[in-house]
Amino acid sequence: MSVAMLPWWAAVPVAVLLVLGGLITLVGTLGLLRLKTFYQRIHGPAIAISMGAGCILVASMVYFTAAQSRLVIHELLIGAFVLMTAPVVAMLLMRAALYRDLRGRAAARPALAQPPVGELGTETDEQRTDAAGGGGR
Amino acid sequence: MTTTTLLAGAIWFALGCVVLGMLFCALRLAIGPTAQDRVLALDTLWMCTMLLALVLGIHHDSLIYFEAALLIALLGFVSTVALAKFLMRGEVIE
Repeated sequence: MSVAMLPWWAAVPVAVLLVLGGLITLVGTLGLLRLKTFYQRIHGPAIAISMGAGCILVASMVYFTAAQSRLVIHELLIGAFVLMTAPVVAMLLMRAALYRDLRGRAAARPALAQPPVGELGTETDEQRTDAAGGGGR
Repeated sequence: MTTTTLLAGAIWFALGCVVLGMLFCALRLAIGPTAQDRVLALDTLWMCTMLLALVLGIHHDSLIYFEAALLIALLGFVSTVALAKFLMRGEVIE
């Protein structure tokens, strides 16, 4: 164990932030494992992991600042990068999943025309009633 | 209890949590029913690896791990964007 000897005012925040960051990361990945559908599962990593990363990054900043007796804040680079990219990644994955789901659903009913992409959220129900009405007639 | 033992305990706890999280991600990567589940699990695995590098940097009292964490974050973002584009379009570069 080669952890430096820190004063109390630095060691206690670092320890608390490390424990908190580890717990938040664990909760996020547990959500990824346990939740039912993909649209529920994406919440765990997208929100909880960036929060846990923030806690561990702040812990690392406080630790190195106190251990080296100078200002060490280059972890802010990773923090800014994670804050910028986590929502982008979540949005791209969600759009890809929605696109694939709706395309698969449209392929399962080949009699209907491929719906336009702009109104994908609302049109499935009325298409289903259209299909039922057409079958009854 | 000195500050060194307090920090050591916190570091071991954080390491255990992050490694357990990586195990959960690997399980979801193995059993994920759809392709987007596997991509999401891979992205979370990248993030957990970055956190593991940061905690190991505190453990070994070394600033070298910071560069590794930065590289892992950059590569994870690029690979996840490429995989999401592939899921959406069927090809990465059009």
